[in-house]
Amino acid sequence: MRSNLKYKVLGGLRRVAILLLVAWTVVSLVTLLIELVPGDPAVAVLGEQATPEQFQQFRQKHGLDRPPFFFSFPRDASGERHFEWHGRDNRYTDYWRGIVKGDMGLSFRTDKPVIDLILERYPATIELAIAALLVAVVIAIPLGVVAGTHRGTWIDNVASVVALIGISLPSFVIGPMLVYLFAVKVHWLAPSGRFHWSDLILPSLTLGAAFSAILTRMVRSSVIEELGEDYVRTARAKGLSENVVIYKHVLKNGLIPVVTILGLQLGVLLAGAIITEKIFGWPGLGLLLVEDGIGKRDYRVVQGCVLVISMTYIIANTLTDMVYRFLDPRIRVS
Amino acid sequence: MNRLTLIGIVIVLILVLVAIFAPWIATHDVGATNLSIRYLPPSSEHLFGTDSTGRDLFSRVIFGARISLEVGIVVVAVSTVIGTLLGALAGYYGGWLDRLISGYVFNVFLAFPGLLLAIAMVAFLGTGLNKLILALCIIGWVGYARLIRGQVLKVREYDFVQAARALGAGDFRILLFHILPNSVQPLIVQASLGMAGAVLAEASLSFLGLGVPPPSPSWGVMIEEARDLSTLQSAPHALIFPGMAIALTVLGFNFIGDGLREYLDPRQRAR
Repeated sequence: MRSNLKYKVLGGLRRVAILLLVAWTVVSLVTLLIELVPGDPAVAVLGEQATPEQFQQFRQKHGLDRPPFFFSFPRDASGERHFEWHGRDNRYTDYWRGIVKGDMGLSFRTDKPVIDLILERYPATIELAIAALLVAVVIAIPLGVVAGTHRGTWIDNVASVVALIGISLPSFVIGPMLVYLFAVKVHWLAPSGRFHWSDLILPSLTLGAAFSAILTRMVRSSVIEELGEDYVRTARAKGLSENVVIYKHVLKNGLIPVVTILGLQLGVLLAGAIITEKIFGWPGLGLLLVEDGIGKRDYRVVQGCVLVISMTYIIANTLTDMVYRFLDPRIRVS
Repeated sequence: MNRLTLIGIVIVLILVLVAIFAPWIATHDVGATNLSIRYLPPSSEHLFGTDSTGRDLFSRVIFGARISLEVGIVVVAVSTVIGTLLGALAGYYGGWLDRLISGYVFNVFLAFPGLLLAIAMVAFLGTGLNKLILALCIIGWVGYARLIRGQVLKVREYDFVQAARALGAGDFRILLFHILPNSVQPLIVQASLGMAGAVLAEASLSFLGLGVPPPSPSWGVMIEEARDLSTLQSAPHALIFPGMAIALTVLGFNFIGDGLREYLDPRQRAR
């Protein structure tokens, strides 16, 4: 029992260490990638015609006049590069200091705090992701169970081919097709926006479709694996009906790996949400990233969005892992 | 070999032939616009119809195969080579390289949505075919490295490797002629699924306006151009044909990957 606890604690600590490592990498990446931007962000935002004073003011406001990192290799008067140490006073540490205080800087375009822009959009993305998850679960579990319990028959083959087609059809094909069917052909639903509850239907179907295909395959193979276990034979031998065997015994055990997949695929869902939000003009983080951030070259917004999307994903992953450990005693020990 | 794998191989073969012979198959100039023939439905003159600026969709879909395949082949080839090299070295020698790759790179890169990383890189580096390929390679090699590292760790303990060492073979010879040939089978599966992934990623990024820039006939760009309401209303075929091209391509590579995996993994084959 004690060693079990030790492994649990060690496993948990390891997850937290990885979480911190990933967080450090993401922050470093978003702060350092901005240095790779071709040209000067100030010119990109203000345009070539701005006066030197305007440039100076812009750089000062956004901390761009400070050294980029702990050291750099600037050119001296003769054009030769040399090593220069800047110490702790640099943009990299600035960004970290800000994040600790919940400050991600000001938008280059609107001067609004990036954190406010993100918090404004965050609920829409989470709403979409959860709705898509529900769509996927509702489609995948019955389909996967039917395919798994009818393994090798035509039902299984049809379900498996449908799932593969679902995986292969990208959301940016499914989405506009749904728009064509439900907003252009028959005017049942709005093609874009987020004003009425029904506006959630098409985006969540689009985002959930590919996900349900992946999930169906997982449920299927999980059910097949569980059906071969001894306890299933015992349950059948003591005269339980096939429905009870499948829904009370097999599904309960078979869903454990599926929970993990759900969590791990949340990243796919969040990344997919970027595309889905663009298709339906859904005002979430993805649209903020693509249109306001990348489209208008507002790099502070890009940094904030990438950071928040990745951290959401990583934290969700860590939580999934913990749920998995809790559900499956075998994992707790190994 | 199962039927779906065969279908996959046929789809991919057709795709390759189409890409190679695109200039002969295409019926019109891919870039030629003509506003007097916009939104035409499919006909014998324009097999897939025309788009919002009167370009011939059949020719554009045909040339789109070149972009998709180019990105897929380059990304998979570069990722496989880098991944195999680093994965094999990490698995064979262990030490600091292994700690760096399996301890840090695997945990961090694989704990991260690949598409988001690609979007972030393209956002800062700028768009274009080469930068897109670069971004996809940077995120792509990690999966191959992990696969090969695992294989090498397993194979290096086999008796025939010990035998080769006893006969005086050096590390390089053992790795290249004894371990790697016995480690590459799952790599073929991964590469096939990787082609599907790369084709999809190229189309996704191009759709978002972060990949291949507009006038070029990338399938992702074509779908982006076809999805505004007026085009959807007058010319749904502008969406359907490039969409089918992407879906078939991805399906083809997925069929091959799935079939090979079942073929190579006796446990899956048995069931």
